[in-house]
Amino acid sequence: MNASYAPGEMMTIAASRLLKNGDVCFVGIGRPNAAANLARLTHAPEIVLVYESGAIGAKPATLPISIGDDVIAERAQTIVSIPEIFTYWLQGGRIGIGFLGAAQIDRFANINTTVIGSYARPQSRLPGAGGAPEIATHAREVFVIMDQSLRSFVKKLDFLTTVGHLDGGDSRARTGARGAGPSVVITQLGVLRPDPASKELVLTQIHPTASVEDARAATGWELRVADDCRTTEPPTPDELAALRALNASRAATPRSSRL
Amino acid sequence: MIVSLAEAIEELVRDGDSVALEGFTHLTPYAAGHEIIRRRKRRLTLVRMTPDVLYDQMIGAGCARKMIFSWAGNPGVGSLHRFRDAFENGWPVPLEIEEHSHADMAARYAAGASGLPFAVLRGYLGGDLPRYNPTIKFIECPFTGERLAATPALNPDVAIVHAQQADRKGNVLIWGIVGIQKEAVLSAKRSLVTVEELVEELEPRANSVVLPAWTLSAVAVVPRGALPSYAHGYYPRDNAYYERWDAISRDRDAFGRWLEEVVRGG
Repeated sequence: MNASYAPGEMMTIAASRLLKNGDVCFVGIGRPNAAANLARLTHAPEIVLVYESGAIGAKPATLPISIGDDVIAERAQTIVSIPEIFTYWLQGGRIGIGFLGAAQIDRFANINTTVIGSYARPQSRLPGAGGAPEIATHAREVFVIMDQSLRSFVKKLDFLTTVGHLDGGDSRARTGARGAGPSVVITQLGVLRPDPASKELVLTQIHPTASVEDARAATGWELRVADDCRTTEPPTPDELAALRALNASRAATPRSSRL
Repeated sequence: MIVSLAEAIEELVRDGDSVALEGFTHLTPYAAGHEIIRRRKRRLTLVRMTPDVLYDQMIGAGCARKMIFSWAGNPGVGSLHRFRDAFENGWPVPLEIEEHSHADMAARYAAGASGLPFAVLRGYLGGDLPRYNPTIKFIECPFTGERLAATPALNPDVAIVHAQQADRKGNVLIWGIVGIQKEAVLSAKRSLVTVEELVEELEPRANSVVLPAWTLSAVAVVPRGALPSYAHGYYPRDNAYYERWDAISRDRDAFGRWLEEVVRGG
């Protein structure tokens, strides 16, 4: 493999392409944040970015490290309180796309961000739920972006923090969740989408830097591959330049030091 | 009304209290938390939506017996090692946890501020959290029959927040990301606001929050009292501090040296 870009860059760019101009996107921190801002800086200048810190219509000048950074507040259309963002805006059904990261995912796109190992004696303690369970419940659809490996794509979650398609079929809808749940999962290897009936994740796209075999080997269950699984278009020079400038803007954020 | 930070903490925070230090990335009340460490407050129930480095420090210092939260981590850096050591190994004292989601915590503060016994939300549908947290229950809507989550209102003994400005009467002004501060203060039995500066007259701007003096127990002037978090209009977030905390907090001895410095008044 001698591509002039990293698999992680391909992942962020592939995710950003799925966001459309005018979408209203509730942005999680980490990779969703990079992908959503890349979309805004390239093909979707009118995308509405909503952050759980209360910023609506955010246009951060540099890539924020945390969802409450001042660059998010600075050029937002408005800032509302935290109770308001989760009630009128999210629970009220104003959000089109909930964009989440995850530590673990299963074949029905359920997510764990709480703990690896047992709850009382964790091997790895993760941050917990944050806004994810309700983002995934209320947004009209959910995008998930995460690394794909045997540690993250697991047969059984150690903890079900955020419901995707629960046990598949119509089991999600039967919980009373109003949104449609995860519609796409983007990884460094490819793109997966739920089967319309069973809701099991199916590999529908493979990135040029990976093979279908790589994806199978990085999945903790028998991965289904679409008959028409296609190869992702490689990043354009413009996309790569915009992403690298965005990442550099984060690194260049001013910092002092007292510790 | 306007008192020193040391006086305010001594007066308002008592051993065994539930204490909410709030501020969502913005305006985290670090100076007040460090004063709680210095005054050796013990057996606190620490409440906070996003416990980050500040609660890691307070837990490591032995101030807490329980933490109520919805997202615990060092944003963009990793885990909270002092929190983990307390929860998993009981060091320096055992720590109990009660875990919610953000939407729930926000609703619980709002219910507390509204004088209601519980919060209601369309949440937790199908997830594991209710199995591990017995305070998350489900009720049936009396009008539609829909199943909804219900959790108890939050009414901390003390809420502590940091703000940009107060006037001499103790009225407080917050702007930028206003987070959950208003609800935290109005839900609590007692409250302290630390501020960047005293001004002759507050000039509330769009989207700002005003906390009238009569809703507060005390105001203390603590310039740079939110560092290493940021104060919109005053200083940026000190990202290097958060990164360097990772190494300090991984090691009990390195943490002990940090703690000595804080207790000495660093």
